[in-house]
Amino acid sequence: MKTLGYYPGCSLSGGGIELDLSVRALAKTAGVDLREIEDWNCCGASAAHSLDHSLAVALPFRVLALAESQGLAEVLAPCAACFSRLKGTQVRLARNPELNRRMAELVERPYQGGVRILNINEFIAALLKDGLAEKLTRKLGLKAVAYYGCLLSRGEDIVTGDDAEDPQGMEAALRAAGCEVLSWNASNECCGGGFSMSKTGSVLDLSQAILDEARAAGADLVVTGCPMCHSNLDMRQLELVKRRRVPGALPILYLSELLGLAAGLEPGALGLDRHFIESRQLVRGGA
Amino acid sequence: MNMSEPKEHPVAKAVRETAGVVLAECYQCGKCTAGCPMARYMDLSPNQVMRLAQAGDAAALERLLGSEALWYCAGCLTCAQRCPRQLDPAAVMDVLREMAHRQGKIPAAARKILAFHKAFLATVEWGGRMAEIPLVMRYKMNSLDLFSDALLGPAMLAKRKLPLLPHRIRGRGEVRRIFEKCRKGTRP
Repeated sequence: MKTLGYYPGCSLSGGGIELDLSVRALAKTAGVDLREIEDWNCCGASAAHSLDHSLAVALPFRVLALAESQGLAEVLAPCAACFSRLKGTQVRLARNPELNRRMAELVERPYQGGVRILNINEFIAALLKDGLAEKLTRKLGLKAVAYYGCLLSRGEDIVTGDDAEDPQGMEAALRAAGCEVLSWNASNECCGGGFSMSKTGSVLDLSQAILDEARAAGADLVVTGCPMCHSNLDMRQLELVKRRRVPGALPILYLSELLGLAAGLEPGALGLDRHFIESRQLVRGGA
Repeated sequence: MNMSEPKEHPVAKAVRETAGVVLAECYQCGKCTAGCPMARYMDLSPNQVMRLAQAGDAAALERLLGSEALWYCAGCLTCAQRCPRQLDPAAVMDVLREMAHRQGKIPAAARKILAFHKAFLATVEWGGRMAEIPLVMRYKMNSLDLFSDALLGPAMLAKRKLPLLPHRIRGRGEVRRIFEKCRKGTRP
């Protein structure tokens, strides 16, 4: 069994718990042993870099240093924001030895730069290549749009190996799961990110525009890899439906949930029962 | 004709040292603003932020550091992705926001956003990880935004999306020390 380091990040034990459940279930199906970094801390997310440039590097630095000292050369960070902060820090440290030296002093831990951070799309592409594709035998027959949002499509030297303006990695995974993948206009538009509570109006506007595009393309569902995107499109969709700003409910699934369904796993084991917008009807035979 | 670089003012220096952006390289094409999902809510568009930061005189800084725009950046990275000079306006906004915060220049419309960031970081400083229930309680107290989303917490609990007790890591003392050192450290 292959071992991979795991950084769930804070939201995966809270609002984004379905991402944690489905990633762990998918890893188990694919025969990958996820080893959680012991005693990991928060990456700082949007809050740290909004107010303190040192803290924004120091918090991810401690995580990278812990992973290295625990012998984890490759670490999966399924949350798009955690991935972007961890890998962004990794990239900056590699370019700037002086920053690495200052951070090692501040955090009081050494870091030699030996940790590779993977995002959920890279993780799933690797699983598919290593044999998961053959296990995706449940025919879902769904029309899906791939929604990357910001942090799985952009960030120089952070998101690599795909086109930032027209990424296609998720589409390949959706096709492997037997979906009909639709072309649409909002695959890397912003949903409003971390402003869900503090500037809710902008999140409602931006999320509505994304849902409108998905519906115009004829999608049965939107597939995402980011817990902030999921929360904004799923939980905040309740309000859009209530205010009749969208004509009906559109299910939002994580890519790991969709692949788990295609692998024959039960919706409840993947977390589908925890979404605000009901999605279990997408699997034939219903919930 | 003098072809040498213009003299760098203190804000340009802070932006270069902290964000790695040379402000003088911006030629005001406006691509950052064209792609910005938050520009419609801003009092200054991203390219205007860049222009005022380039100017860097007292009047420009007064408008810039008191602007709502700095607080409305969602960090989506579209501006950095599309800038033809490979500049990073979002990183410039980070530096300017940190300056504005340090100088206590918080526009009224941005107080909720600041309250959220602070509540988020307070939970991380306390236990090493962000914890949603303490975060929301602290945010509500600080922002006095008491009644919006009042039903979401119970709904999230019903969906088994929230742990009742926040997890505190063993290394929380270490994390607290990181926060303390950063507070004392150099500032842009």
